[in-house]
Amino acid sequence: MKRVYLDNVATTSILPEVLEEMLPYLKDAYGNPQSLHEWGDAAREALDDARSKVAALIGAQPEEIIFTGSGTEANNLAIKGLAQARESQGKHIVISAIEHYSVLHTAKTLEKWGFEVTHLPVDKYGLVDPKEAAKSIRDDTVLVSIMHANSEVGTIQPITEIANVVKRNGAVFHTDAVATAGTIPVDVNELGVDALSFAPNQFYGPKGVGALWLKKGVRVIPFLDGGVQEGGRRAGTENVPAIVGMGKAAELATEEMESRMVHLSAIRDKLIGELPSRIEHAILTGHPTQRLPGNASFCIEFIEGESMLMLLSQQGIAVSSGSACTSRALKASHVLTAMGLPPEIAQGSLLFSLGLENTEDDIDYVLAELPPIVDRLRQMSPLYSKFLKGQQGGS
Amino acid sequence: MPIYSDTVMDHFTNPRNVGEIEDADGIGEEGNPVCGDMMTFYIKVDNNHLSDVKFKTFGCGAAIAVSSIVSEMAMGKTIEEARKITPALVAKELEGLPKNKFHCSNLGAQALNKAIDDYLKKQGK
Repeated sequence: MKRVYLDNVATTSILPEVLEEMLPYLKDAYGNPQSLHEWGDAAREALDDARSKVAALIGAQPEEIIFTGSGTEANNLAIKGLAQARESQGKHIVISAIEHYSVLHTAKTLEKWGFEVTHLPVDKYGLVDPKEAAKSIRDDTVLVSIMHANSEVGTIQPITEIANVVKRNGAVFHTDAVATAGTIPVDVNELGVDALSFAPNQFYGPKGVGALWLKKGVRVIPFLDGGVQEGGRRAGTENVPAIVGMGKAAELATEEMESRMVHLSAIRDKLIGELPSRIEHAILTGHPTQRLPGNASFCIEFIEGESMLMLLSQQGIAVSSGSACTSRALKASHVLTAMGLPPEIAQGSLLFSLGLENTEDDIDYVLAELPPIVDRLRQMSPLYSKFLKGQQGGS
Repeated sequence: MPIYSDTVMDHFTNPRNVGEIEDADGIGEEGNPVCGDMMTFYIKVDNNHLSDVKFKTFGCGAAIAVSSIVSEMAMGKTIEEARKITPALVAKELEGLPKNKFHCSNLGAQALNKAIDDYLKKQGK
């Protein structure tokens, strides 16, 4: 059976060149970068090299990169650490309503610590309005965190505009760029942010590593106490193989970004263009043009995401969904509901996140396999029969 | 490891008794699309026996499997016997349901009961 992986939002594959680069550091080059001997020197050199490559991906200086254990940890360090470092100036932070859980839940923790959190609304495309952002900022606002792009619906935010607003008001600005860094051009100077999180398992590198870029001079309070690793801002022996992998993945992403974007947007546009003509009542979610090159997200009306996902999986197609039943928490996606989609429509969420390995053939396969699955589930759906009866009644 | 048992997968992939009964003697609806699952059961009653049971379900894999197995468990039973089908029994017949799916998806027995209530009400009982 054909196998088609369209769940790159969960994680991408690891490119063979990345794996090759990592292997020596899992074998003979096992030294600790903090050690002052040959073994340590080799590991330290590898770490420095990776740091330069990772910094180059986002137009930053190597010493501004703090390696972490994941994008989630980078977001935690940014939100908790930046807010705590500014506690004496104020206890108000601003985030958007569609942030990743590693920002949303971290903000909840800050509430327990006595901070006040404003959640900025988004429009039907998932966009934050920079004017709303400006209005939300108060004298005691110390931190604003708005994600660069949302991986669930693909919408890319006008970060530069929002950053200008934030800067004028003296708060620090963090962006979660896990969905964008390594995928689309990200330049910290152009964006005008103070801190930025990213992770290589979104750009063909390994899991178990991420990074926080922190502009020189911006203070953060670390939450791991220990040694002097990462300038004392993230204690713990460095995960050298994973960091080396992140370095290689960043280097390849920098080199190949343009061709990757061309490829991804071509197959994405094919899927977005053809799916609605094969399936009635399929709604594209997210912004029609300001969106991630690999993201094709839909809500298929009258049926539920998990059942579609399972039937697609039986045909070898791997996708994800933001439906309540798919989530362990059994809540419909907060992103879709914040965009104003009614819960019963959000239940039909289906997310295709495309990757480098995908071909036009893969898209044709999905376009052939999905319609009968949708038909089958609609034949079973009481909502669909109600809809059909309503139509008959109306005519 | 897959999250669902083989029996759940079987009933999800090949659901039994999907559909509506035009001249149903009783109809029962349970759940709502907001929380994720919604089931409608249709029954025909002959001589106090469920001579036909059909369903329509909006929901996840578990919800579809639950509806299918409930329809099978209820088919041909007397009303009293069908009343004894409980969510726990349904989960057991399915060789277990994931913990977080037990309550929200396991609405089949309630929907069937509502269909029986509807039938009895129409009978003036």
